[in-house]
Amino acid sequence: MAALMNENAIAGKPARVRLAGSDLLGVAIVIAAAIAGYFLFPNNLALLTRIISIALLVLSLDLVTGYCGVATLGHAALYGAGAYAAGMAAVHFGITDPLAMMAVGILAGTAAGLLSGVIVLRAHGLPQLVLSIAIVHLFHEAANKASSWTGGSDGLASIAPDPLLGLFEFDLWSRTAYVFGVVLLLVVLIVLRLVVRSPFGMLCRGIKEDPIRIRAMGASVHGTIMRMYAISGAVAGVGGALNAISTQVVGLDSLSFTLSAEALVMLVLGGTGSLYGALIGTVSFLWFEDIVSAANPFHWLTIVGALLILVVLFAPRGLYGTASAFLERRQEARR
Amino acid sequence: MQTVLSIAVDALAYGMVLFVISIGLSVTMGLMRVVNLAHGAFAMIGGYIASYAARDLGVGYGVAVLIAVFGTILIAIPIERLLYRRIYGAPELTQVLMTIGITFCIIGIANFVFGPTLKTIPLPPELQGSINLGFRAVATHRLFAILCGLVVAGALWYLIEKTAFGVKLRASVDNAAMAAALGVRTQIVYAVSFAIAIGLAAFGGVVGAELLPVEPYYALRYMVTFLVVVSIGGAGSIPGALLACLLLGGIDTTGRYLMPEFGEFFFYLAVIAIVCVFPRGLAGRAK
Amino acid sequence: MTSILEVCNLKKAFGGLAVTNNVSLSLNPGDRVALIGPNGAGKTTFVNLVTGNLRPDSGMVRLGGETITGLNPMRRVRKGLVRSFQVTRLFQDMTPAEHVALAILQRDGRSTQMLGHFSHMPDVTAETGELLSKLGLHDFASSKVSRIAYGQQRLLEIAIALALRPKVLLLDEPAAGVPQSDTGRIEQALAELPADLAVLMIEHDMDLVFRFARRVIVLAAGEIIFDGSPAEVTKDARVREAYLGSYAYVSSVA
Repeated sequence: MAALMNENAIAGKPARVRLAGSDLLGVAIVIAAAIAGYFLFPNNLALLTRIISIALLVLSLDLVTGYCGVATLGHAALYGAGAYAAGMAAVHFGITDPLAMMAVGILAGTAAGLLSGVIVLRAHGLPQLVLSIAIVHLFHEAANKASSWTGGSDGLASIAPDPLLGLFEFDLWSRTAYVFGVVLLLVVLIVLRLVVRSPFGMLCRGIKEDPIRIRAMGASVHGTIMRMYAISGAVAGVGGALNAISTQVVGLDSLSFTLSAEALVMLVLGGTGSLYGALIGTVSFLWFEDIVSAANPFHWLTIVGALLILVVLFAPRGLYGTASAFLERRQEARR
Repeated sequence: MQTVLSIAVDALAYGMVLFVISIGLSVTMGLMRVVNLAHGAFAMIGGYIASYAARDLGVGYGVAVLIAVFGTILIAIPIERLLYRRIYGAPELTQVLMTIGITFCIIGIANFVFGPTLKTIPLPPELQGSINLGFRAVATHRLFAILCGLVVAGALWYLIEKTAFGVKLRASVDNAAMAAALGVRTQIVYAVSFAIAIGLAAFGGVVGAELLPVEPYYALRYMVTFLVVVSIGGAGSIPGALLACLLLGGIDTTGRYLMPEFGEFFFYLAVIAIVCVFPRGLAGRAK
Repeated sequence: MTSILEVCNLKKAFGGLAVTNNVSLSLNPGDRVALIGPNGAGKTTFVNLVTGNLRPDSGMVRLGGETITGLNPMRRVRKGLVRSFQVTRLFQDMTPAEHVALAILQRDGRSTQMLGHFSHMPDVTAETGELLSKLGLHDFASSKVSRIAYGQQRLLEIAIALALRPKVLLLDEPAAGVPQSDTGRIEQALAELPADLAVLMIEHDMDLVFRFARRVIVLAAGEIIFDGSPAEVTKDARVREAYLGSYAYVSSVA
């Protein structure tokens, strides 16, 4: 018995160290992939920046769906709010410093996140889903009709951000935008890594599994998810603002139901409830989209649908979830 | 006054079309607890088949309706066998993903086969004109849609309340395990209900084609509308669904009449307000 | 001694049927009370009224002299009224250490902290280790809950409840579903509960009731029909009638 306890105490330590180590490894892999992307696809940096921007949306969705268990089909509302706010700040208020635009985007995303949270958490199950869809449609209609502010269906154009830090122009090849995006992604990733490992993150995972148990511990389910919605909104806001700054236009598609649904597809493809899953899902989905829609744009929606059905049937834990479960099992078998 | 009556007739017609399409969704959701986002896609398939039958094969309206209903059911059977069966009792997110996947596939295929344009279903001469109701001439087709809604509501009420199948259906909705223990073959009840639900969706898609035009994005455009009916009316409740449809029809039509620019905006705002006030639906037992 | 939990004239009816009818009882610190009653006696409803999951039609619940009738379950937990569940409600993907640490952090108002990991908080890990050792769960502290035996999961339920440092603990059939071979460990855990804690246990297993309780309350048809010592409960005519129905008369006649 004592021997067993000792062994466990020893086994406990390295597990913890390994966790921190895998965090560093993950960040290192993201950096390496970013550098590789820069040199391998110098003509496609705009696409890579778009991938980063969408990855931030998917990470943001992962926070509420993957970590808190709230199914939503309206998460693009948060992303679009960030994009339009950053864009309108530049076009209508002359706030053209990219960092200031980013701050505006984060604020707007947070506000949209809190608003969505208040509404979505009013109901459960199907009505909750309906609320989330209605929210993104409502945002879309509002942006469509307030065309003097948003450019309506033509999109909000002529956003002209200043050079980053006064030094780096946003060039035609998207080099600055790409580097800016990579840095933002890394910062968000590290912050979120801390958040999901913190007591708060543990509380959220608990809520996802059993909200009744969490209430019986005396914790507020509603309050906790609202906090997560605020963080999620901020992250989506970063993604939206990055999109506005890098493409210099904001279109109604950034507030669409389709984008919300696609973000969910990407998340599930990669695997819910893990930050790397969200990243892997986004990269594989958008890379795949780029290839397929170049070959045959007509079939894109059919293929997304088929992909979704296949993932649900054969890899319900997503690419990352399936792979890590496989590795875990092999490690255990070896022991 | 005239405007009010006009709105009322249009709202009633729109509400009844919504009812015919959504009631099947409501029943299956109450019965099988599946969040089926692809329901509207089956209404769309019905519309496409009817349009093809009437315009390309040249059959009459009534025959086209029949071909559409049975054709859609035929298409739905393998989908139910291969895909829906796997998600009964699965977590909500899984159901959402699977049925969105099905919706996307159907949209993509419809787009490929029929092209992105709007499809019409030619009306027979009897339904084309208008009938003078004293205060206003009303398109015969609208009255036909209202009539269809009433007939469907009545027939369903009879089926569920007065027939042996209805008893089995209600027992299965209440407690599937208990019903099965009492000898109800729930698998068959499920299959028949699913077929009826899909058939009604296709019927509604055809009859309502003048109000909800058939095009590839139909399934996405009206997805929220059909789901709202169920979440406001309460899954499995016919009176609830009827009430929800009339309410939504009224809100949507009034919005379009009085504020054509902002119609959809107010529609979604009203949806959010209603669901927030009645998170369990008007009937109060939606899960 | 002043009572820690006081329930006064609690009433709850569902559609005209009184499920809890004028129930009053009080618990003192250190009490070990078993609440028993035949199926349908209203035990679950009563527990839900006390924990705040149901609103009473009338009556009052007081904790440490403070009226808590209007508080939601969450606030009652924070004031020290903690319950365990009849069927374990645990997080399958988390370890026992994480469960207990989360409860400790929640108790201290630190569960919404967004930085740091509990394993780097020496006070939390120390208390977690101590609690888990006390309940014999130390060896499984870092295994996922889905991998440990049901008896150990029941013990973890108790550990979580204790981590919240309750004043009153409602135990809902703590040994339910546990194989006979493992009930000993659970009984030991019950015997070692803090001496000043007031415990109200709902239980069907009469052996466990007689070993654990120093006072027994019998609920039948929504009313308290007996409140006294375990020794007297089997002799009480009303209790016999409630459990055995008319057979009680038959046997007394015969």
